[in-house]
Amino acid sequence: MITINGRDCIFQPGETILDIATRNRVEIPTICYLKRTTPTGNCGICVVEIEGHSDLSLSCSTLAKTGMIVQTDSPRVVSQRKTVLEQMLSSGNHNCTIGSSGDDAWTQFQMDVESNDDYETLCPAWGECKLQELAYKYQVQGKHTSAPARKIPLELDNPMIIRDTSRCIMCGRCVAACNEVQVNRAIAFGDNGNEKKIIAGKDDSLMTSDCVFCGECVQACPVGALVEKKALNAIRPWETKKIRTTCPYCGVGCQQWLHVKEGKIIKVTGVEDGKPNQGRLCVKGRFGYDFIYSKERLRTPLIRENNELRKATWDEALDLVAEKFTRIIKEDGPHALAGVSCARSINEDSYQMQKLFRSVFKTNNIDHCART
Amino acid sequence: MTNSFGEFSKAKMFLVIGSNMTEAHPVAATFLKNAVEKGARLIVIDPRRHKLVDFAELHLPLKVGSDIALINGIMHVLIKEGLYDKAFVSSCCVGFEELKEKVEKYPPEKVAQISGIEAETIRKAARILASVKPVMLCYTLGITEHTCGKNNVMDTANLQMLLGNMGKECGGVNPLRGQNNVQGACDCGALPNVFPGYQAVTDSFARKKFEKSWGVSDLPSENGLMIPQMMDGLVNGKVRGFYIFGENLANTEPDIKKVEHELSSAEFIVCQDIFETETTRFAHVVFPAAAWSENDGTFTNSERRVSRVRTASNPPGYAKPNWWIFKQIAQRMGHHWKSNSAQEIWDNEISMLAPNLGGIKYNRIEKDGLQWPCPDTNHPGTCVLHQDGEFACGLGVFNPVDWTPPAEVPDETYPFVLSTGRRLYHYHTRTQTGRCEGLNELLGEETADISPEDARAMGISFNDFVKVKSRRGEVCIKARITPEVPKGMVWMAFHFREGNANWLTNPAFDPQTLTAEYKACAVALEKV
Repeated sequence: MITINGRDCIFQPGETILDIATRNRVEIPTICYLKRTTPTGNCGICVVEIEGHSDLSLSCSTLAKTGMIVQTDSPRVVSQRKTVLEQMLSSGNHNCTIGSSGDDAWTQFQMDVESNDDYETLCPAWGECKLQELAYKYQVQGKHTSAPARKIPLELDNPMIIRDTSRCIMCGRCVAACNEVQVNRAIAFGDNGNEKKIIAGKDDSLMTSDCVFCGECVQACPVGALVEKKALNAIRPWETKKIRTTCPYCGVGCQQWLHVKEGKIIKVTGVEDGKPNQGRLCVKGRFGYDFIYSKERLRTPLIRENNELRKATWDEALDLVAEKFTRIIKEDGPHALAGVSCARSINEDSYQMQKLFRSVFKTNNIDHCART
Repeated sequence: MTNSFGEFSKAKMFLVIGSNMTEAHPVAATFLKNAVEKGARLIVIDPRRHKLVDFAELHLPLKVGSDIALINGIMHVLIKEGLYDKAFVSSCCVGFEELKEKVEKYPPEKVAQISGIEAETIRKAARILASVKPVMLCYTLGITEHTCGKNNVMDTANLQMLLGNMGKECGGVNPLRGQNNVQGACDCGALPNVFPGYQAVTDSFARKKFEKSWGVSDLPSENGLMIPQMMDGLVNGKVRGFYIFGENLANTEPDIKKVEHELSSAEFIVCQDIFETETTRFAHVVFPAAAWSENDGTFTNSERRVSRVRTASNPPGYAKPNWWIFKQIAQRMGHHWKSNSAQEIWDNEISMLAPNLGGIKYNRIEKDGLQWPCPDTNHPGTCVLHQDGEFACGLGVFNPVDWTPPAEVPDETYPFVLSTGRRLYHYHTRTQTGRCEGLNELLGEETADISPEDARAMGISFNDFVKVKSRRGEVCIKARITPEVPKGMVWMAFHFREGNANWLTNPAFDPQTLTAEYKACAVALEKV
């Protein structure tokens, strides 16, 4: 048993203070903590005060011990979190509303940011940024009054992921996602002379590293340092609705959130804790959704006439098929018809097709690519 | 799969055979890699040194198509050295004497000559496999796409029964299914021999049940044709009307020239698809269908989990859900089907007719899906099949099998083995992935993957054009030189029309399953 904010909580050996707090719905803010990976304590935001300990403790990596008395929101804890947030906001290009003080300074700040930026937009993670959310909650602002100059250019050379190190807070979630979750080992903490940074491959770009563009790092990034190129500037999170579905590619059956705006999918993420993929996706699952919006989609039935396929109405096309099949059955029996179903489409479609062949046509000539 | 993806992270040991998981099932591979990082052991049996080999303690790069010889050799050692699970074999299996007699003929020294794996390595593999319990065996199309595909599958089961790894958490025989719903299409009866729920069409009780439910009489009692037989029928006139739903046969079947001859011989082809494809060129009528995320429904994954698929956007133009199209045809032929949505079809028909799916209803799978067998609505679903040594047929039956070589092996004129498969950035014939922004940039063309040794010997450099030629056709594509591929092999995929491996592959089939030998044929390679 330990006590959190005056409440007794039972725990299992090996559980951290954060685990127990989460289970008991006590909210401790986290940034670098990534479920199912080794806690790093990089960000220092999840600190709590333990009675009898002179220093504050990181709740993500401190194991519970019987009798611990924990405060998650004491004045000392809150003050420490504010300091951490202020440092993060001041460390890079965080040009959201939490920036500097005073209207004039704010305007100048935004203009500087835009002129320093490689593209003239505000932070693409606006409204979906953990740092922004916590800065608002704790009412903290960054220290700089002018925008920091970009030290490393935006990485734009791959088709899927934009890397913007100027917005990176070095929390290391992307490194854990790449190395501990997906185990692709494409990115790591590295050294750039006297400054630590996240490097891809041998400090080049994702394109030349072992990156396989699964996008797990993007899903893990709490700020705007890693964003989907396809979804760039398309999303305001409050304008989208999330629809849960199953991936249409391989036989693993990953669970996806489709982020849908005005009836159109604009982003796909994994369903955290969903079975079987626990939030993970691969490059096709995450980025392979937009084929449905191709201009080449079939939009009307087609009928061959004078060796060309021409547009037809449903009635024309369905009547033609029914008549032709009826005639073939009459002339040569039902086994003169055969069909191949689709291993990509839903169960209900395959059921319906075999029912058509068996109960209407009266043949078992129905198969699909089951064995390949 | 007899077991589940959720067990991967807890497994103690894996035997992965004929499965390039990091490219074909990337997310499954992540759980396997996690387990290895935590101390699980991994043996990979595969001609190619694919990514997963980096995580393996032992890689057996066997010659293409020698799987049965190698597995029999491993079982030979297990029996000879008394390392097999005697308790499991005696209490849960039958046919051990026959198996023993069969694998007696596969001593490691002999197997070494067939498989190219040294006798000592075979012994070592057997000893490692016997030292850990249970072992999770995973395979993919490297096992099935052979003229001996069915026997390959049997032998993986023989091995797992001999090791006592069946019916246990983190054990079993686990085929990773290639397509999102190939499991479900089988479960729902899109097969020539069974109704939904694997009820045989030759069984009169099953026919009566379906006749009653569907309100018809005289359901056909003989097994129907499999795809290659249908294709033959197009040429000899036995099949006059051919209905192709969502498959691009013109690119996916072996020997494209032959396939196109068959399709062009057809009297009447109906295609139902979301795009015009190489196959719809042969169609007489094309129906435009709703795609993934344009209608509600369910997919069933490799681990038998039935999960929901939901509507996010509307189908374009006049495109319609597939189930609706089938219903309209039935109606025009005098059959009025009641169900009018995917949910009604599932809840009121499929789950009522297939006993293993009886407990799965839409309202139970709003969040995570359920794994069959799930016989009633209180049943939690089944993660592990054959638990406690109880097999569907009572006892586990050993099916001893002999090794047979591929139908076509290298010779003087065609000295290389061509093996085929899938690559990470595309899916099948790119009908879908070819139309997704960015994926073509990550992989824009087919290549002939060859070994550094062969490249050096033939003076081929990276991206040089090479001609790959088989008895059926030839393609001219760029060479990709990679240590993944062993000497003597050319490896290609079938994602692109240009340079598609199926211009070359051999339409030789497993005699029972009629699965084509995509994994082995003979080709010649020359620098252009």
